[in-house]
Amino acid sequence: MSELIAQLKEWRDTAQRVLPPWWSKALAGALIVIGVVLPFFFSNSSGFMNATIIAVAFAVMSLGLNVVVGFAGLLDLGYVAFYALGAYSLGWFGSGFFFKAHVHLGVSPVASTLPGIHLNFLLILVCAALICAVAGVIIGLPTLRLRGDYIAIVTLAFGEIIGVVAVNGQSVHVGGGMTLTAGNLGISAVDAPYFPGIGLFNLLNLRPWYWLIYGILVLVLFVNLRLRDSRLGRAWIALREDEVAAVSMGIPAVRTKLMAYAIGATFGGMSGAFLGTYYTEVNAGQFQFGFSIFVLAMVIIGGLGSIWGAVVGGLLLGYINNWLIPDVLNNLPSKLGLNFPLTEVEFGIFGFLLVMVMVLRPQGLVPERRRRMELTAEIAAEDAQLMEGTR
Amino acid sequence: MPAVPARPLALVRRYLGRWGLLAALAALPIYYGIRDLTHGYQAGVVAGHPVIQHDLSRLGFNLAQGLSNGAIWALIAIGYTLVYGIIELINFAHGDVFMVGSFTAAGFWGSIGLGAATGTIGLIGGLILTLIVSMAVCGSLNVLIERVAYRPLRGAPKLAPLITAVGFSFILQNVGLLWRGGSPQGVTDLVHEQSTVFNISGVPIVRGYILALAVMVPLVFGLAWFISNTRAGRAMRATAQDPEAARLMGINVNATISLTFLLGGMLAGAAGLVYALYETNVWYFQGFEAGLIAFTAAVMGGIGNVRGAVLGGLIIGVIQALSDSRMGPQWTEAVVFGYLIVIMILRPRGLLGEEIREAG
Repeated sequence: MSELIAQLKEWRDTAQRVLPPWWSKALAGALIVIGVVLPFFFSNSSGFMNATIIAVAFAVMSLGLNVVVGFAGLLDLGYVAFYALGAYSLGWFGSGFFFKAHVHLGVSPVASTLPGIHLNFLLILVCAALICAVAGVIIGLPTLRLRGDYIAIVTLAFGEIIGVVAVNGQSVHVGGGMTLTAGNLGISAVDAPYFPGIGLFNLLNLRPWYWLIYGILVLVLFVNLRLRDSRLGRAWIALREDEVAAVSMGIPAVRTKLMAYAIGATFGGMSGAFLGTYYTEVNAGQFQFGFSIFVLAMVIIGGLGSIWGAVVGGLLLGYINNWLIPDVLNNLPSKLGLNFPLTEVEFGIFGFLLVMVMVLRPQGLVPERRRRMELTAEIAAEDAQLMEGTR
Repeated sequence: MPAVPARPLALVRRYLGRWGLLAALAALPIYYGIRDLTHGYQAGVVAGHPVIQHDLSRLGFNLAQGLSNGAIWALIAIGYTLVYGIIELINFAHGDVFMVGSFTAAGFWGSIGLGAATGTIGLIGGLILTLIVSMAVCGSLNVLIERVAYRPLRGAPKLAPLITAVGFSFILQNVGLLWRGGSPQGVTDLVHEQSTVFNISGVPIVRGYILALAVMVPLVFGLAWFISNTRAGRAMRATAQDPEAARLMGINVNATISLTFLLGGMLAGAAGLVYALYETNVWYFQGFEAGLIAFTAAVMGGIGNVRGAVLGGLIIGVIQALSDSRMGPQWTEAVVFGYLIVIMILRPRGLLGEEIREAG
């Protein structure tokens, strides 16, 4: 095993010597082009295409959570809140749910005759982003004075509160006989995206859906790459590494942390709005604590703080969750003589993956350069050194 | 007489820090107490007419139910607080260890043949045996989890063991799911927990309440005695204070940490048995819910502090009972977590906690 790793390291070093310095950028460009033409290789409505769309949406969420957990080092266990708020933005502004209102803006001819609020999908994306940014700041505010694991618990509490409100929203009246959410019945018949010139999306032809979420992914990826190298991104990393030193260097801790929450939430909300319309329903049952952990697992497995790692982790777990477990391996336990479908224990599988990755490869699959240096050069954090002797 | 600080806001903040949490905690019982007295409540229906009462017995009923429920949370909360005190880890899997305790207890008393018809002496003996088995199973499970998932990460950043803890929590939940299925399962009501033993000014005290307190109180006192009076307990306190210095003094830090997990797991096992007898049903998700509630209790009392965990557990139990009976059980989770956030804002160190050490 160790010989194999040494061999791999040797190859990597050789590759770094031989290849020109711009090769990683060229690789990224090539990957993006491959992503664009991918749907032409698969049938229009195949299960694999469906899994790909969901996996790309998960990758967007993973990128968002990576900003909060990976860059700024604030462990957020309530990320499902932003998925929920994004999806409900779609449910509220893109369906007949608020049936007393009649608002129509840039929607298909059919939708513009229906009661309710109907906005164009791009406008809904903006709404979802704004709502989630505000919610991110609200969730972030009480955690500013707290340290690491307490932040985890407060964000978890917020995520659970939003989940409870979503389930019980049927009994929260907002006037005119309308309620806040439809609870476990779900807001159904949400609008599919419509763009003039392209027409209304439908689930028989999955390619437009794919390109839409792929466009969102590329946009979010670009913003992430630019953010990482910006002043704000460096401030996040400085705060993560040593808050006291960063603050004494003049970094405004409050604003910087709140920006991390807001931006991370924004991406989650955009992905949530997309998934809302793609699943054609916004159901409170989707927004469980397990999903927060699922997104966290994507970030961790990819490599904390690593942008490409977040994408890889999101795609990987997306495929495992939507293709490998339900389509490919679901009958495995019955072949082994056990009487349960594999989908029932998928969170156990993710838990197992989390434990294995943390114990065997804590830097993740595609580690961030700085983190790899930390972990290999043994420049661990101060408290790590303190506990060193107890190993 | 404390000096008035230069900024008036700081004064407000200081008073909020000192009294804000107490005010927030007292708000619910006082509000509902006054409401019961002024508006009255429906106590029952006699001959087709609702009986409206204007007294505090409904509040007393909530309190009794809450305190006994809180006794279970207290037992679980101690596990959180012990582990956090010694290695500063939120042991997410702890709630699910408690769930395994309930399942073990329910399975074990079934297999030794305890049933509704068993005589008193047989029942007491059987339950004590079940208690021992369930405590042993949960204690060893907790030690095992520490050995597999936390010890290899002792030198890693703090986030790492927290994540493996979450991972183990999911693994245990799925074990429970495969063990007893995905919906709550009724278990035999061995002790007839709803039968009233005596009344205190109109508030019925049922067997379940007495059982919960009768298990919790001796265990907590035993634990307190163990921590303060034995050599191993002293080693635990020393390790919690400074692991490095403790090691230099010749304490086997790893063994001490294992012992801490063993004690926490044993209390969770006891709580599991009481829960199964008290609620008369078990399901795989109970550990997750109970774990979050108990963690809130530990934080409320001041994490790292055993007395605080007991106090916090009892208080959370009362909040939960009030919310269950007045707002409806579907909102309870949100109410408990709302309280958690309020505590975090007003007094992050909890009721009895020390000033929190700064992150290293």
